[in-house]
Amino acid sequence: MLIRLLRQYLRPYTGAIVAIVTLQLIGTMASLYLPSLNADIIDNGVAKGNTGYIVSLGAVMLGVTLVQIACSVTAVFFAARTAMRLGRDIRADLFSRVGTFSDREVQKFGTPSLITRNTNDVTQVQTMVVMAGTMLVVAPIMCIGGIIMAMKQDLGLSWLIVVVVPLLVGAVGPIVLKMVPQFRLMQVKLDAVNRVLREQITGVRVVRAFVRERHETKRFAVANDELTDTALRVGKLMALMFPTVMLLMNVSSVAVMWFGGERIADGSMQVGSLTAFLTYLIQILMAVMMATFMLVMVPRAAVCADRISEVLDTRTSVTPPVSPISPTSGTGIVALHDVTFAYPGADDPVLRGLTFTARPGQTTAIIGSTGSGKTTMLSLIPRLMDATGGAVTVDGADVRSLAPEDLWSRMSLVPQRTYLFSGTVASNLRYGRPDATDEELWFALDIAQASDFVRAMPGGLDAAIAQGGTNVSGGQRQRLAIARALVRKPEIYLFDEAFSALDVATDARLRMALRPHTRESSVIIVAQRVSTIRDADQIVVLEDGAIVGLGTHDELVESCETYAEIVESQLSVEAAA
Amino acid sequence: MSRHKDSAARTAANDVIPGGSTVAAADDKSADATTAPGSPASDAELIRQQARTGKRGHGPMGGNSGPTEKAMKFGPSAKRLIRRLAPQRGKVVAVFLLSIASIALSVVGPKILGRATNIIFNGFIGKQLGNIPNLPPNATRDQVIAMLRASGNNNKADLLSGMNAIPGVGIDFHALAMVLILVVSIYVVSSMLLWAQGYILNFIVQGAVLQLRADVETKLNRLPLKFFDKQPRGEVLSRVTNDIDNVSQSLQQTMSQLLNSLLTVIGVLAMMIIISPLLALIALITVPLSAVTAAQIAKRSQKKFIAQWRYTGEVNSQVEEAFSGHSLVNVFGHRAAIEREFAAKNDELYQASFKAQFISGIIMPAMMFIGNLNYVLIAVVGGLRVATGSMSLGDVQAFIQYSRQFTQPLSQLASMANVLQSGVASAERVFELLDEPEQSVDADGAAQPTGTRGRVEFEHVAFSYDPQSPLIEDLSLIAEPGHTIAIVGPTGAGKTTLVNLIMRFYEIDSGRITVDGIDITAMTRDALRSKVGMVLQDTWLFGGTIRDNIAYGRIGASEDDVLAAARATYVDRFVRSLPAGYDTVIDEEASNLSAGQKQLVTIARAFLADPALLILDEATSSVDTRTEVLVQQAMAALRGGRTSFVIAHRLSTIRDADTILVMESGHIVEQGNHAELLERRGAYFDLYNSQFTAPIADAEDVADELSGGEPVAAG
Repeated sequence: MLIRLLRQYLRPYTGAIVAIVTLQLIGTMASLYLPSLNADIIDNGVAKGNTGYIVSLGAVMLGVTLVQIACSVTAVFFAARTAMRLGRDIRADLFSRVGTFSDREVQKFGTPSLITRNTNDVTQVQTMVVMAGTMLVVAPIMCIGGIIMAMKQDLGLSWLIVVVVPLLVGAVGPIVLKMVPQFRLMQVKLDAVNRVLREQITGVRVVRAFVRERHETKRFAVANDELTDTALRVGKLMALMFPTVMLLMNVSSVAVMWFGGERIADGSMQVGSLTAFLTYLIQILMAVMMATFMLVMVPRAAVCADRISEVLDTRTSVTPPVSPISPTSGTGIVALHDVTFAYPGADDPVLRGLTFTARPGQTTAIIGSTGSGKTTMLSLIPRLMDATGGAVTVDGADVRSLAPEDLWSRMSLVPQRTYLFSGTVASNLRYGRPDATDEELWFALDIAQASDFVRAMPGGLDAAIAQGGTNVSGGQRQRLAIARALVRKPEIYLFDEAFSALDVATDARLRMALRPHTRESSVIIVAQRVSTIRDADQIVVLEDGAIVGLGTHDELVESCETYAEIVESQLSVEAAA
Repeated sequence: MSRHKDSAARTAANDVIPGGSTVAAADDKSADATTAPGSPASDAELIRQQARTGKRGHGPMGGNSGPTEKAMKFGPSAKRLIRRLAPQRGKVVAVFLLSIASIALSVVGPKILGRATNIIFNGFIGKQLGNIPNLPPNATRDQVIAMLRASGNNNKADLLSGMNAIPGVGIDFHALAMVLILVVSIYVVSSMLLWAQGYILNFIVQGAVLQLRADVETKLNRLPLKFFDKQPRGEVLSRVTNDIDNVSQSLQQTMSQLLNSLLTVIGVLAMMIIISPLLALIALITVPLSAVTAAQIAKRSQKKFIAQWRYTGEVNSQVEEAFSGHSLVNVFGHRAAIEREFAAKNDELYQASFKAQFISGIIMPAMMFIGNLNYVLIAVVGGLRVATGSMSLGDVQAFIQYSRQFTQPLSQLASMANVLQSGVASAERVFELLDEPEQSVDADGAAQPTGTRGRVEFEHVAFSYDPQSPLIEDLSLIAEPGHTIAIVGPTGAGKTTLVNLIMRFYEIDSGRITVDGIDITAMTRDALRSKVGMVLQDTWLFGGTIRDNIAYGRIGASEDDVLAAARATYVDRFVRSLPAGYDTVIDEEASNLSAGQKQLVTIARAFLADPALLILDEATSSVDTRTEVLVQQAMAALRGGRTSFVIAHRLSTIRDADTILVMESGHIVEQGNHAELLERRGAYFDLYNSQFTAPIADAEDVADELSGGEPVAAG
């Protein structure tokens, strides 16, 4: 997955990648030349007391350094740019992919998970690419180059490389391999600790009301101990790793001194070469170390890449039609024809054989108990989900044959979970119609019974709204969402429990004000309160996903047992009658 | 020598780990050690220098989202953080001693290895001299020097005069072996000490972090609710999670580095001065140069990193908004607009993170250049001094290494400042939380309430959240055992506050509240709350199964008890339709249950608790009305013989209450039962008209209801 993702997203930057590799090659070669120069300075300058030689070679050395710096800076430039562009591209693609999702796919992943995938996971992959561009590319060059240079310095000592490198891999590899799962475990444990703390804070009243402080403390102590245990295990491995590496490097340098000394004694090696050889050996070992570190990184990035690919590979269950029908000027007749909906793999359908028609100028109300399928039914109309059987039509055209934009442009939705976007009151109201005038906004606010409190807010229409609308009360949020729907003046209104947070009086005033405004539109209201829907032109009573009653309030009170029960359970006889 | 590649290694290492720092810290230890091998351009320092870029790179790139703001009171908070290590004093001392010993050995290493170079070099020169034609056998070094001078070879003579080369004698392998054995032993011991240091330090840091978390958790249980009201939830959450994580990472990252770097600087400086005060001076000149360069680049990249963080936050929040309002975005035709906005922000993030990454990536090459400059300078001066015989070759070589070793810990310290600052800033935020005033301690020898009848009396109670605006003033009421008290009134009247006072969630300002004749402040909070069952407006379920969530109501409840409670509250009905039944795990958002279902679970929980006193605060607001009727029947059964306080906006709930309290701005304006209060045509009557009857039904209907209407709904 990781490789596939990278191949796909790095393709546009092939040029940059070639540049990175080339620059790193030159840079690495320059840096590999430096120890030879050092050796030369010592052998032919310092050892011979030739100061002029030292100075001129020093100048060469600085020159080589400059070349190396230029190369690595430019390589970092390209690597950083490529990685960040890759991140940007993946983020953009994820974002628009999720945009095409239906509610079903969004539910499948869960909003928080989608957010993490679009942000954190991408960052991880991006980081890995930076690392790869600056390090992974270099490690093999450095390793091979180092071996060649070391052998050039002294072939007779090169057997040391063959001994030391496997030793390092043998010593560090198992430690690293042991650490990888521990890191992952540590993240899991950390999440657990944070979850307990989060729950204690969000549920503080419940914890205290049920006198569960001690229980919570115990629960936390367990999580905390587990986290510490894992952290200690990781720490012990770390503590072991670096002294091991250091000892290996130091001992190999001593070995070079010893065996090199012999070779110098018999005249087959120069003193400077000894130092250079040592430097190359260390460089080779460093390259091997880097590669090992990369191995630690890759699994984590791979997990993220999997999660990203999973989203990118998911196709929406609501596919736009290949050749959409252009809607003839419609009036907004919404009809359900024997509609069935079932989640894939579920035994029982959520909706069964629903048939009814909502006409312009009429209010159609849907009522039923929790879990009877009201919201699911409503979401079939704007194709937030698609019916698995039967058809939903708008003005006679199957919603699946219309271009989604055309379909959506004809309706307003007030969802159960009212959501306002960060910005101002005005920016939220204009969400569906950016060109609405202030007068139109106030008009909509008046109908939604919201103008009083908006006027009282600092800045009025320009009052700030926090993300999600958390800075206004539930009832206010709902009224603003209704106003937002009204500003759009659509043919179809979909209200999903849009009045639940309002008191009965406000609810009633709002609906009365709404009437003249929706004379041309089909209004579909999902509600729990009988008072909200009593005046509806038709009421659809849902029970376990099927229609058990269809008619006006008066008719249903007589004929529909379920409806009568609902009515009976609410309010007084008079208020309901 | 590819410095920035090493930096990559470090960055990678940092990034690999959630608490990435551990690698970094250990890495640096290895760096100290790897400098030892007798290579003039040892790679060890590379790592060190890289530490800077690496760590900077790490912050924004990795998942480490610690606060970046500067600590306000760096000193005191840092001291306090260190003081937290006090309980482990013995271990801390051990770590100190081990560090000093280990660093001292690794600092001495190159010096001794330099002797090995000298032996080789002496042998090498000695052999060369042995080959000089016309040299008398057994000629002494002085003789050779004299000869060289005589033949006009002054340079070589000078060189030789600084050496112990014996003409004709090659490398003294016995001496070399001795030196190398010594060096290996030093390295072995140093490694072991380092390992021991790391091992103990690990315990110290983890122990301190464990304790810090435990302290915070304990603190959370002692904080008054007032604190949670005042503080935004996300803010507190961030302190107990992000900030503690950041403190823990910073501790892991800096503890060993700080110690090792400081000790190394001291040790190396000492060695340099011992070898050659002149060269030490030259090396010292490059120190401020690299410090200034690093600081300049870091300052610029820091700005970019801050920008990167800001844009990361903005992109995150935009993604969150777009995904949370997913269906709205589509239906309201905002898809295109939101993608445009996203693209713009995404591009800004790209620009900032690219620049941050790039600028910080320059530090290493720059440092390398300065390092090489230093190298050439020392090679030239050192070479001159070797040539004049005033210094041995081995010493020059050792010196070069020392000079590199010297600049690294310095830049390392500089790079740590950031981590340290961020860590201390977080620590300060955690300490602030730990310093919050706690709720008063429970009364000593607290009275145990006897009996379980639950008579509640308020006597002239006054309470306010904020002394500036009194909320409840001189409130008195009596709830007889077994009675149901309904509390009605507009939003902000103090209904929820009133029931919270019974739970002693807040301390009253004056007056007293008694339960069964005992002042609630005279009993322990636990004893009081054990008597009360409460169902709150906002449903809180923890991540766990439905069964566990219900069982939360009573310790040691049996499976049968749980099922009975679930059946009584109609939880059983919907749980059965879930694929996993009672084992259904409620996720963090509880998005797999509807609001009504969640509310039912919380009711079942209170049902299971079987309390003497029941408080229901809008307990059924999200439950559909038919289910509510059923639940209320169950609750009516539950309430039997128990005192209940009920806040509700549904008439059916209120009508049958024994007493209805009408509250307005903290006062009880009316008290009585439904019929009495309607009769009185006062506040309740008005409220009833505006709240419980649709405006279409006019006052006449209400009046009719008063005289004839019989309530149908049970409740």
